[in-house]
Amino acid sequence: MRREGSPWQGFGTVYVKELTDHISSIRMLVLGLLIFVISCVVVYFAIDNIRQTTAEDPFVLLKLFTSGPSVISLVFILSITLPVMAIALGFDSINGEHNRRTMSRILSQPIYRDALLAGKFLAGLTTLGINLLCLWLLVVGFGILLLGVPPGGEEIARSLAFMLLTLAYAGTWLALAMLLSIVSRSAATAVLVALGIWLFLTFLWPFLANGFAALIAPPDPRYAMLGLMDPTTVTWGQVLQRLSPNELFTGASVILLAPETRQASQIIDINQWRGAVLGAPLPLSESLAIAWPQAVALIAGVIVLFVAGYIVFQRQEVRA
Amino acid sequence: MSAPVIAARGLTKRYGKATVVDGIDFAVAKGEIFGLLGPNGAGKTTTILMMLGLTEVSAGEIRVLEHNPVREPLAVKRRVGYLPDQVGFYDNLTAIDNLAYSARLMGIPARERGARIAEALERVRLTDVGEKRVKTFSRGMRQRLGLAEIVMKRAEIAILDEPTSGLDPQATVEFLQMIEELKHIGVTVLLSSHLLDQVQRVCDRVALFQSGRIVLMGTVAELARQVLGAGFVVEVEADAATDLDARFGAIPGVGSVVRVGPDRYRLTADRDVRPEAARAVVAANGALRRLSVDDPSLMEIYTRFFRKQAGNEEGKRDAA
Repeated sequence: MRREGSPWQGFGTVYVKELTDHISSIRMLVLGLLIFVISCVVVYFAIDNIRQTTAEDPFVLLKLFTSGPSVISLVFILSITLPVMAIALGFDSINGEHNRRTMSRILSQPIYRDALLAGKFLAGLTTLGINLLCLWLLVVGFGILLLGVPPGGEEIARSLAFMLLTLAYAGTWLALAMLLSIVSRSAATAVLVALGIWLFLTFLWPFLANGFAALIAPPDPRYAMLGLMDPTTVTWGQVLQRLSPNELFTGASVILLAPETRQASQIIDINQWRGAVLGAPLPLSESLAIAWPQAVALIAGVIVLFVAGYIVFQRQEVRA
Repeated sequence: MSAPVIAARGLTKRYGKATVVDGIDFAVAKGEIFGLLGPNGAGKTTTILMMLGLTEVSAGEIRVLEHNPVREPLAVKRRVGYLPDQVGFYDNLTAIDNLAYSARLMGIPARERGARIAEALERVRLTDVGEKRVKTFSRGMRQRLGLAEIVMKRAEIAILDEPTSGLDPQATVEFLQMIEELKHIGVTVLLSSHLLDQVQRVCDRVALFQSGRIVLMGTVAELARQVLGAGFVVEVEADAATDLDARFGAIPGVGSVVRVGPDRYRLTADRDVRPEAARAVVAANGALRRLSVDDPSLMEIYTRFFRKQAGNEEGKRDAA
């Protein structure tokens, strides 16, 4: 039997209120400023690098995203700070309503729970999007001002595609934080668990993944004798590492921002290189095709986490 | 009596093996104040949540304003106002902003919103503090703001869950007055409480809950007759040459006459027998000094009922 009325009733109201709350909250202001300041510093160093090393590069704007002092680039900074920002947006979204005792009052209004959850999630995602758009404009503006090179169409397209990828990456963490805020009635528990998962997946998992790979497919000693890695082990390591959104994001962003990149994996597929001119940039469509699996995995992550939260939230007791 | 606005038949709620609400039947008529009474954990709040479609019904049926709250929650929630136990508001918003958010969720058109918010605040006497943040509000003011939300909604049924618990006596009296005002504008009120004297003061009928069942239901006088045997206790203090016991005992409706002092008698009757008692004293040439009647108190009914029940159970155990 279909339920009566639209699940979207009240969605707009919740969305606007949550967006207003996020944008006017001190928490977001501080985090946003932090990201902007760090990004400006990194981009400044990147510009310095470009000035010194690059003679002529058709994609000089994209270099702003990928270079910087030593390994620290804008991509790296975003991969670290955005999860924190997304977790900060989501960790108390549902349990906060319970703790303020506003939940049952809001749900006794003529709306479905769908509207509340979707409104909150999309408001969080929009907040992240606004921040990213500002950041993008800032970086492009910096490039034009300090390098004096007008950005080309493909550069704009690639950097915007990268921003969408970044949004999907941030969305994964937002959905995770919201799921935890539904499951746990305590905001402190939710934020600690979220940060724990983030630390684990970002910093520990790359090492653990290789360890597990060696267990699943022990390297053939003949490769070791030649000083080579066993391709099966490496493949397993790669597969396991890709369970971490951080790995997916970094892999795909390199493909988008460095047009000469032909593959996201460390395994060389000889077919991919047949007839290739070394160092020649790929067309945008090819880069998008290579980055597509990672992007889809991130988007799927967002959807799976959101749906999990949705199911738990629908069946949850309203009573505090 | 017109068709009931709330009707429950065999309403049951189970959590796993525990039955929280166990096959209750009741009906609330339009325009009455109906009290749900009982100790904490007796199933009052669960019953309320089932009426609003906020929790699923395990068995039986409930209809609110001719709708099934499980299948048509929006239709029910559009016409029913709910004030949860310890209602919460967004502390950093003003009273008016909080109401404006609910008004949008209710789907009140923008041009009516301002007037309806002002009218609701006026009714609960919060007009002066409308622009103040809810953070600064006392418990009583929050409770009144919750009532304002119901007024603004123009709800046909107001469901109030423990509305006066934790309020000081002054705030309690004011709040009860407002509940009566709701009745005057034609709202049906369903009130849950464990504070018996307050329920007695405002409710037309009450239902007494005990571990998920309604054990008693009716007006206070009816309950008194059921539980205490008789509803009215009349005390007479009079001098008379002759003994008055027999004369009092002859009055129709008097159950028992007890002599509590040299010239004092206590009459238990199923109606107010003061006129007859006075006539009896005068007829015996006595001097009437005092004549008073105690209304049956819900407290007495309540304690007597539970004592009786405990006694019965003990009796059963002894017999076994």
